[in-house]
Amino acid sequence: MERQPRILAAGDQAILLEFGEEIDPAINRLVHAFARRAEQYRVPGIRELVPSYCTLLVYYDPFLLSFSETASWLRELLARSPLQIEPSFIVKEVPVLYGGPNGPDIAFVAEHNRITIEEVIRYHTSQVYLVYVVGFSPGFAAMGTVPREIQAPRLPNPRTKVAAGSVGIGGLQTGVYAVESPGGWQLIGRTPLKLFDLNKNPPSYCQPGDHVRFYPIGEKDFLKLSQESEDRIQPSEEKENIKNNSSGF
Amino acid sequence: MIEVIKPGFFAAVQDLGRWGYQGYGVGIAGALDAFALSAANLLVGNPEGEAGLEITLLGPTLKFHRQTLFAITGADLSPRLDGNVVSNWTCHLALPGSILSFKGVKSGVRAYLSVSGGIEVPPIMGSKSTYLLGGFGGFEGRALKSRDRLPFGPSTAEAGKLIGRVFPEKFRPPYRKNPSLRAVMGPFENFFSEEGVALFLSAEYNVTRHSDRMGYRLQGEPIRRQKAQELISCGLANGTIQVPPNGQPIILLADRQTIGGYPIIATLITADLPLIAQCAPGDRVRFAAVSLDEAREACLKLWSILKQFV
Repeated sequence: MERQPRILAAGDQAILLEFGEEIDPAINRLVHAFARRAEQYRVPGIRELVPSYCTLLVYYDPFLLSFSETASWLRELLARSPLQIEPSFIVKEVPVLYGGPNGPDIAFVAEHNRITIEEVIRYHTSQVYLVYVVGFSPGFAAMGTVPREIQAPRLPNPRTKVAAGSVGIGGLQTGVYAVESPGGWQLIGRTPLKLFDLNKNPPSYCQPGDHVRFYPIGEKDFLKLSQESEDRIQPSEEKENIKNNSSGF
Repeated sequence: MIEVIKPGFFAAVQDLGRWGYQGYGVGIAGALDAFALSAANLLVGNPEGEAGLEITLLGPTLKFHRQTLFAITGADLSPRLDGNVVSNWTCHLALPGSILSFKGVKSGVRAYLSVSGGIEVPPIMGSKSTYLLGGFGGFEGRALKSRDRLPFGPSTAEAGKLIGRVFPEKFRPPYRKNPSLRAVMGPFENFFSEEGVALFLSAEYNVTRHSDRMGYRLQGEPIRRQKAQELISCGLANGTIQVPPNGQPIILLADRQTIGGYPIIATLITADLPLIAQCAPGDRVRFAAVSLDEAREACLKLWSILKQFV
C-alpha cells in the first residue's frame, strides 16, 4: 500500500477507513480487497462493512466495542501481509435502448460535448467500465470512467423519479438505476434487464469489481427482453474468475 | 390480527432495521426512534427487535381482531381504546373487537405500537422493516391503507405479569421541542472554515418541512466551505450531518442512501437519535460537540436500561 489509510470516527458507531481521495481503479481494488480480509477476520461487534470508491465504512456495536478497540482491530488487519488484489475478469453486458423518451438527456450530452447523438452512443459503447460501487439505491452500479467526449455534469435539479433501468452519465461516471428512485444523472437510455431482484442471491446484477459493456438495441428487442425479464451474464472471452461473494458486497 | 380502519397520516411496519445488504444499495431502514420501539416491545414481553408499527403524527384507527397485549411509546398522539384514554409507555390488554384510535398530536412526531408476538409480515433479507425506496419489506413495502390486515405472531408472554407495567419516565429519552443535539465532529470537518464550524456549534437551526425518514433538512445561517469540491461518495452512518453547497445541514436518518458525497461536518451521537426522531417541522435544534468517550458513555447509559428492563 502506498500510504496507510486514515482511520476516522464517523460518529460513535462507525469508522470510516479512507484509502484515497479519488476515483481510481487501484484504490478501489484495495478497498474491496481489504473489505474481504475484514470479513474473513470479523470479530464480535463488527456489524457491517460498506465499501465505496475509496473508503470503507465499518459499523460496530458500541455496546461491544469502543472506537479505540475497533480502530486497533483495523490497524492489526492493515499490518498483516500485503493485500491480495483480485481483479475480476467478469464482463457483464447490458443492452440499452438509447435516446428517445428513455434517454431524455442524450441531446444535452451531445450538445455539451459538441458531438452528435450517434457519437454519444458510439463512445458510450466503445469501452468496458469498472463497477466501483453498488449503492445510492438498490442495485445502482456506479461505473467509470467514461470517455472525455461524453462526460457531462449532473443535473442542477435532480429528478424526483427516474425509471428503473435508466442509464445515466454523471460527471465522469456512468451507471444504471436498477429501481425507480430520485436521480441527478443525465439519462441517455434504458435497459430492459432487471438489475435488482429480491428473489436472486445476490439481488443485484452488478457487483463491485465487475466490468460492464453496454450495447445498443432497438425497440423490438427492448420489448422482447423486457418480457423475458431475466438477466443474462455474458462471460467475456477472457478467463472467467467468478468468485462467490458471500460477504455481501 | 389488526385491521386498518383508517390509515392516518403515515403508519408502516418497522423493526430495528435491515443489516447486511448495504453492499447491494439496500438501506437499513428501521424505526427512526429505535429506543421507543425497543421499549414498546419489552413492555409486552417481545424481544427488543420485534416488528411494530411506526405511527407518524395523525394516527390510524385500528381494530384488534384478537386479544393481545399492546403498548404505545415515543410520541404522545393521544391514543384511545374504545374511546377511553390509554396511557403511553404502559402495557395494556386489548380484547377482540376493540378499536384503537388517536385523537391528535400532544408531543413528538412518531409513536410506536407493539403487540404480543410482533407484527407478522414475511421477513425480507432478514428484516421486517419497510424500505420505501426499494418498495419492499414490512407490509407490501408501503405505508398502511384502509382494509390492510396485519397478523400477529405467536406469543408466550405471561400476560398477567405484564399488564399495567410502566416504562419509567426517568429512563425515557429527554424528548423536547428544541433539543440540543450532541455530535462527534468530522470525519470531514476540514472541508469547512473555522467560522463555519463555529457557526455550526452555536447557531440555531429550524427543522424544515422537507424532513422525513431519509433525513431532516435544517435551515439557518449557511455554513461555508473552504474546499470547493464534493466528497467522493462514502458510506453514511446513522445521524450523519452533511452540508450540501447551499450551506444548510441535513441530518441523515434510517432511510438514508447507503453512500453519498456531501461533506460531513459531524455525526449525531447514538443516544440523541431518538431526540431528532421526535422533532417536527418548526422545531429548532442546536448542536454541541462531544468526545467519542462521552458519546459512548451516553449511548451505554441510555440503552443499558433496556437490557435491565426485561
